[in-house]
Amino acid sequence: MSTDGVDDRVDLGKRRFLTAAATVVGGVGAVYAAIPFITSMQPSARAQAAGAPVEVDISKLEPGQRITVEWRGKPVWIVRRTEEVMKGLSAINDQLRDPHSEVETQQPPYAQNEYRARADKPEILVVVGICTHLGCSPTYRPDVGAADLGADWPGGFFCPCHGSRFDMAGRVFQGVPAPTNLEVPPYSFLSDTRLLVGEDKGAA
Amino acid sequence: MSKMLISLRDWVDARFPLTETWNYHLAKYYAPKNFNFWYFFGSLALLVLVIQIVTGIFLTMNYKPDADLAFASVEYIMRDVNWGWLIRYLHSTGASAFFVVVYLHMFRGLMYGSYKKPRELLWIIGMIIYVVLMAEAFMGYLLPWGQMSYWGAQVIISLFGAIPYVGDALALWIRGDFVVSDATLNRFFAFHVIALPLVLVALVFVHIVALHAVGSNNPDGIEIKKNKGPDGVPLDGIPFHPYYTVKDIVGVVVFLMVFCAIVFFYPEMGGWFLEKDNFTPADPLKTPEHIVPLWYFTAFYAILRAVPDKFLGVVAMGGAIALLFVLPWLDRSPVKSIRYRGVLFKSALAVFTISFIGLAYLGTQPATPALTNLARVFAVLYFAFFLLMPIYSKLDKTKPVPERVTK
Repeated sequence: MSTDGVDDRVDLGKRRFLTAAATVVGGVGAVYAAIPFITSMQPSARAQAAGAPVEVDISKLEPGQRITVEWRGKPVWIVRRTEEVMKGLSAINDQLRDPHSEVETQQPPYAQNEYRARADKPEILVVVGICTHLGCSPTYRPDVGAADLGADWPGGFFCPCHGSRFDMAGRVFQGVPAPTNLEVPPYSFLSDTRLLVGEDKGAA
Repeated sequence: MSKMLISLRDWVDARFPLTETWNYHLAKYYAPKNFNFWYFFGSLALLVLVIQIVTGIFLTMNYKPDADLAFASVEYIMRDVNWGWLIRYLHSTGASAFFVVVYLHMFRGLMYGSYKKPRELLWIIGMIIYVVLMAEAFMGYLLPWGQMSYWGAQVIISLFGAIPYVGDALALWIRGDFVVSDATLNRFFAFHVIALPLVLVALVFVHIVALHAVGSNNPDGIEIKKNKGPDGVPLDGIPFHPYYTVKDIVGVVVFLMVFCAIVFFYPEMGGWFLEKDNFTPADPLKTPEHIVPLWYFTAFYAILRAVPDKFLGVVAMGGAIALLFVLPWLDRSPVKSIRYRGVLFKSALAVFTISFIGLAYLGTQPATPALTNLARVFAVLYFAFFLLMPIYSKLDKTKPVPERVTK
């Protein structure tokens, strides 16, 4: 400190501290200012509300047939499986990645079984028709031993994008890029012929 | 009259570095005198950028970024807007032309070692431009809202979903909805026409500033700044203007002849520039039989498909691009240009080129087991080119590099 009250030496430590403090405060402010912009890209209130359940009439669905309905913008398949298909499901367990549906995120608890359906109507399969690999919609290929899929093809779903294969219960085969079984959405039966996709009705 | 112009120039020069900038970047920027065919593609990339921006502005005047209106608005541009078909075909052909010239520009860098010291940063800026260009092309491809637009976006956004823990939330944030939807289309429009073009133009500016700071490489890989005359001008350098401006104009003329021939006679290029499935409006319930990205992404797409694991496939695909960034530090050769490299590097580059083209082809084909295995071979060779480079580039028997550039 000089005697005349004027200090011509620069206090570098102080300057560095002030620079650092101003940078930190400004940086925190910039991060907070970015939050509204980043959050604005999240699904809007309208997009979140658009998840209403869909009611489907399955009275005209014959064994072996599949219908596609739209739920939350995604294709949902409803298949009435034939008796032969139901009997054949356990025969291929050793070729599957998750035959007993142990990955819990892929189905509600009531569909955590071999046929991946509710116990009161096990022949009705309800799955989201989006491949768990990269989101393509697989094709329905119930034709057993199809020429292009190999003589041991038991029937199921084949994704043309990257060759993932699923059986007639939406269970993924081993050695394909898709990591998990197809997703079973929450669903319930309003009556013998009416199905509600997207709502459990509390029943388990 | 000329006196007036001179005094006007002096008036501006006193207030803005006009003559100084002109001299620094053009009239007194000394480029090596031995540039060859491969040195056309930098200026051509700049030309295509201008074409894309100008045609893009005019497309925006009639395009509607709305899931219900987008597909029809593109058809409206094609059928009812005066010259709309021309403007749109210039833009769609320009997208592919952009990647043609950028890939040739990058290959030039590989051949002549233009990424090596002191041009590492120049190379990295160029790589960032390449990645931004890929994002720009990908987002633009969603806008026509055809089947390929839709499902291509669905697949690419799902790639982010493969990242552990944050993946699903990240994919949701990018889409702005639970599926690719109007929200996704609208934001991709914003990125495609405003955000990314601004970033691209800024990066191209920085790329040129970096180039003019270190000086251009040349087919001999010799630093011309090492041999300067008494006036401080490199002995092997010639002013960019008028010598290379004139040379580049020749390149522009030839390029535009080919470009216009495509725009007028083969704008769809048999499905390579505009895919057939994209002439069907987007249908969220039905994936097309063969979902394939446009040709400029197929090499990386083939790598993705070659790996039978979701996350590792994405890692391999990202790694294939990331390795290009660190190329300057993988190459241990004392020489830059392929002219003075030995047989090891030359063979490696040949194998790499064949692998890249092979992967690009396989990425357009259905994933049969035989083709997938072939893609695996090419993918391994692609990675070997980079990962073994520190070894073979050092072992390589190089030839002595001359002091001055050759013809």
